[in-house]
Amino acid sequence: MSATTSNLEAPAPSRINREVLVKWAPLLVLGVLLLLFPALEWLEDFREGKDHIYLLDSRFFSIRNAARIAIAAAPALMVAIGVTFIILMGSIDLSMEGTVSVCAVLFAFMFLALGGTLASWAWIAIPGALVVGAVMGFLNGLVHVKLQIPSFMASLAMGFVGTGFALLLTGGDRIRIEDELFRSLLTVRWLNFPIMVYVALAMLLLAWFIQSRTTLGRNFYAVGGGEELAKASGLNVSRVRIMGFTLAGVFFAMGALLAVGRIGIAETATGNNFMFVSITAVVVGGTALWGGIGGVWNTLIGVLIVNVINNGMVVIGLPNWIQDATLGLLVITAVVLSTDRKSVSFVK
Amino acid sequence: MYELQQVDKHFPGVHALKAVDFKIGRGEIVGLVGENGAGKSTLMKVIYGAYQPDGGTVTIDGTTVRFQNPRQAMDHGIGMVFQEQSLITNLTVMENIFLGFEQQFVRWGVIDWKAMAAAARAQLAKVKLDIDPSTITAQLSFAQRQLVELAKVLTLEERVDGDLVILLDEPTSVLAREEVELLFKLVRDLTKRASFIFVSHRMDEVLELSDRIYVMKDGEVVDVVEHDQAEVDAIQRKMVGRDIDKEYYREQKQEDYDRGQVLVSFDKVSHTGKFSDISFDLHAGEVLCLVGTEGSGREAVLRTVYGLDTPTSGTVTIKGDEITNFNAQSGVAHGVGYVPRERKVEGIVNGMNVFENMTLSQMQNYSSNGVLRVGDERKLAKDWINRLGIKTPHENKDCAGLSGGNQQKVVLAKWRSGGSDIILLDHPTRGLDIGAKEDVYEMVREMSADGVGIILVADTLEEAIGLSHTILVLKDGEFQKRFDGMPGDKPTLFDLVHHMI
Repeated sequence: MSATTSNLEAPAPSRINREVLVKWAPLLVLGVLLLLFPALEWLEDFREGKDHIYLLDSRFFSIRNAARIAIAAAPALMVAIGVTFIILMGSIDLSMEGTVSVCAVLFAFMFLALGGTLASWAWIAIPGALVVGAVMGFLNGLVHVKLQIPSFMASLAMGFVGTGFALLLTGGDRIRIEDELFRSLLTVRWLNFPIMVYVALAMLLLAWFIQSRTTLGRNFYAVGGGEELAKASGLNVSRVRIMGFTLAGVFFAMGALLAVGRIGIAETATGNNFMFVSITAVVVGGTALWGGIGGVWNTLIGVLIVNVINNGMVVIGLPNWIQDATLGLLVITAVVLSTDRKSVSFVK
Repeated sequence: MYELQQVDKHFPGVHALKAVDFKIGRGEIVGLVGENGAGKSTLMKVIYGAYQPDGGTVTIDGTTVRFQNPRQAMDHGIGMVFQEQSLITNLTVMENIFLGFEQQFVRWGVIDWKAMAAAARAQLAKVKLDIDPSTITAQLSFAQRQLVELAKVLTLEERVDGDLVILLDEPTSVLAREEVELLFKLVRDLTKRASFIFVSHRMDEVLELSDRIYVMKDGEVVDVVEHDQAEVDAIQRKMVGRDIDKEYYREQKQEDYDRGQVLVSFDKVSHTGKFSDISFDLHAGEVLCLVGTEGSGREAVLRTVYGLDTPTSGTVTIKGDEITNFNAQSGVAHGVGYVPRERKVEGIVNGMNVFENMTLSQMQNYSSNGVLRVGDERKLAKDWINRLGIKTPHENKDCAGLSGGNQQKVVLAKWRSGGSDIILLDHPTRGLDIGAKEDVYEMVREMSADGVGIILVADTLEEAIGLSHTILVLKDGEFQKRFDGMPGDKPTLFDLVHHMI
């Protein structure tokens, strides 16, 4: 066959550079932060006359601090992975705070009612919590797809319902989980890192598998990359969406379990702050808000960036509001970088 | 007064306007005709400032001008009445008329609605439309909206010194006969105020209204005819005339189809507002081409076969099954594959690579319990990359980076590898260069030889005639005539055009 390539597509060289930049920018930012904070720390020490060797004697750049960052990041990573799938489809899920609270509280109730220690039938509370998350995600997806409410509104509303429900269940009380076996998530360390970090890594690998090796994962990209086309290829887009929200619910529940494991308390406030952290992490990691581009590894980088900033600012002693402001600016930068403004004519 | 000299416009891979000369005098009505893709819309866009020409000059009363955008063209008195109406339906008529020019009514920072209504009434009087300017636009009929649009363009009269040129793009396509006559009368009256450029598919209307007619073909003005000398036949011949190369369309490979095996059958199928009473049978190995102008219902028929549209009456049968549930999933399940016109939008998923795009419609065949067998997917992709000669470094390449022709092959591979034996091709060669077009023709012949039934909406009439066994001519959603097109006994362009317009 005589095939001549048409020059219709011919991408300009500058675009390729942009794409490469966008692809690697999150990792670059993380690298810069990892060198920047020890430098700031060194400067501060130097001014106070307490010399230390850059990086080698750093309080920030130490295994002990890395473990601290990993512990803080683990629950957030679970929630952020859940919402990554949704954002890949071009939708958004804002129900995480409510879902995490309900899962945490119901987990605690089940756990205590079934014996209060992992060595008894109380282990059932763990899959139980995941089922609760799945059900909440499923409802969320159902409201979004069947009632045709935009996903941000449907999920935000469902999140509020969840928070209210959690408060109703607890009456505002904190529920303590003191089982040593369950708390070993935090207390037992392998190679300096507590078990919950390895659990989170295992879930990350599972999420990666779902994303790259299952029809569901492929469908997320198809729906996000071109919903019309996905429909025209015979995909059941409504089903994909509902399954996506269900899967996100499971990961939110996983986040709830790790959050409870970390502090040993389940309460309505367990879910607090997950929305800001997870959405920020996904966006900063480079997953595009309109769908189709990105994935769970981007989210890992994003979660690490957010947590490194939080941790680093504490180490060098900057106030809270600077942390939030920095993260906010980072989100805007990330979205600016990842949006090809030539192809977007209206922003609503 | 307004004149284009030797205007050129290039797009990547396409020479859209070739040294076009065009002029319009004060109070003239100039007609513009040509096939789809002849360059009419490009020319109009150059005139009203949406495109900037690459070569040649644009002059108004002898002064050279260059418009960066439509707003600058408007400041020189050039206005456009759009085919796709550009009124914002949730605003009132007067707000639409003065959209973007409200400043003249602002007193102390607020809009003086009474002044705006009075001014709007004056504009509406120009087009003899007696409605309350504070009516919400959505409540108007289509014909009324067209007049409001015209009134909006006529506000240029007050804003601009000098003469007006108003472009009318297919203004009659949705109007009833008597509305068309009213519009024509109005346009003739308005020639005191402005000159008009009139674009229409309906040859009789162009002949009736225009003082002079420009005939375009392949980006060139091939003829300029005065009103008195204009003849429908002669113009139509000019619009399409070109020698057809039998080799080009692979006519020697066209074989007879299997008349015993009916794949798709339409029995008096109608879709209100799109087409009515369409009946045909598509057989195995047949290439059936739907011919008609834009809006004749060709695409709507395709979409109905695929299941994207639900007909309002009639029976659609695919491989013996009467279709009751119209959706894409049932279409795919019946072995229908759809190759849409907008490849970038509906053909391939940007950001997905070659093998992912190929298996998109058939993932169940490449997965066990929801887990994909990526190895098999790659094998399939490699196989089809070889079979169709797809130019890609490897099967992991992002489809967005392939050329148009290769994207087209990926879409075809997607359907063929999934076992589809009814293929719908909507303008499969649009935007492709000659070599890539020939590849598509070759594939059409190969599919026919394999017993695949193809329904084609072709980019040009030559293509339709060259490729098809059967041609159905549609006009305004209604069936006009059926032609058989076996090699050596093909209908001529003129036969078809006759029934199209």
